[in-house]
Amino acid sequence: MKSPSFFKTFVNGLFKENPTFVLFLGMCPTLAVTTGVTNAIGMGLSTTAVLICSNIVISMLRKFIPDKIRIASYVVVIAGFVTIVQMLMNAYVPALSSSLGIYIPLIVVNCIILGRAEAFANKNTVLASAEDGAGMGLGFTMSLTLIASVREILGAGTFAGIQLFGNSFQPVSIMILPPGAFLTLGILLALINLIAARVKNSKLKKRAEEGE
Amino acid sequence: MISELLIISVSAILINNYVLVQFLGICPFLGVSKKVDTAIGMGLAVIFVMACASAITWCVQYYLLVPFNMEYMQTIAFILVIAVLVQFVEMFLKKSIPALYNSLGVYLPLITTNCAVLGVAILNISQFGGMEMSFVKSVVYGTTAGMGFTLAIVLFAGVRERLESSEIPGFLKGMPITLVTAALLSIAFLGFSGLSF
Repeated sequence: MKSPSFFKTFVNGLFKENPTFVLFLGMCPTLAVTTGVTNAIGMGLSTTAVLICSNIVISMLRKFIPDKIRIASYVVVIAGFVTIVQMLMNAYVPALSSSLGIYIPLIVVNCIILGRAEAFANKNTVLASAEDGAGMGLGFTMSLTLIASVREILGAGTFAGIQLFGNSFQPVSIMILPPGAFLTLGILLALINLIAARVKNSKLKKRAEEGE
Repeated sequence: MISELLIISVSAILINNYVLVQFLGICPFLGVSKKVDTAIGMGLAVIFVMACASAITWCVQYYLLVPFNMEYMQTIAFILVIAVLVQFVEMFLKKSIPALYNSLGVYLPLITTNCAVLGVAILNISQFGGMEMSFVKSVVYGTTAGMGFTLAIVLFAGVRERLESSEIPGFLKGMPITLVTAALLSIAFLGFSGLSF
């Protein structure tokens, strides 16, 4: 494989196969921790770290792991890395760690990680798998940050804890409550669908005009 | 004792509903809720596995991890226990209660990666300010949390069956309208948060 395809692997996770908006993977953390931008970035980056490490290890071991017990082996590898991340966060960013709470150990059952192990890492080289992990992880972080910005700005009037509006701003507090998570994701998806349909239509029109 | 158990149950089913308030088990909630029948099947399987998982992980925590000072192995130990448990339940049902297996069988493998099950195991140990939950309370909490999941997914499947046949603008079709519906259902459950004891 040469460098252009490398770049493609990386960008693939960011847009074309974005885990949140296209593949609908890892919905639990997506909805649960997006009450604030800080939480979202923390969650995204810790998932990315686990994803890159587990992709590398699984890709290295892909010739040794027997086919029948591969899922169990993947889960052990992933759980190991999650424990490492959990301990590191507890030691260095205790505030973030306590606000993410139970969702850090639950990275183990985030379907993105197991999904990429099964779909990508056990078929590809170590380098490509690391790249795929980084792309997917950053795509996940990006989507979480987007959802969290909408929710935090509307629901609390702040961005990453910084006050944006004056005192007269009345926050729409439902946006940072659980229903706001479903609502924001639903509306963002609808907007993406709408834009995608427009782009597709204009492309078709252009092609038709060129054809004539 | 009984009043405590009742409080745990009401809190797990309604106030802190696993799906709509705590966002655990969203994947099956969105994936297996197209028909009421399958939603009921999934719900029953989750109740069953959650009850067993709470019982076993409680024993693992207090008879294995705590005496040997290995609490940091919690995540790895619990996910392995759950994976093995699901496999065993599947084999046991297939052999001895085939009728039940036929109705729940398809959903069992999906449950391993259901974060609600690992969630219930971890919350059993860590919630209530680190206070030790007794064995009975853990099992009751696990069972009722599963019931809360079932309640949410069955209600949601009922709404989605209606959505199938209604007219929706094209860009809202599929996931967007599903999520907006879930938001409305979640607002309804938010109403229970005013309940206090």
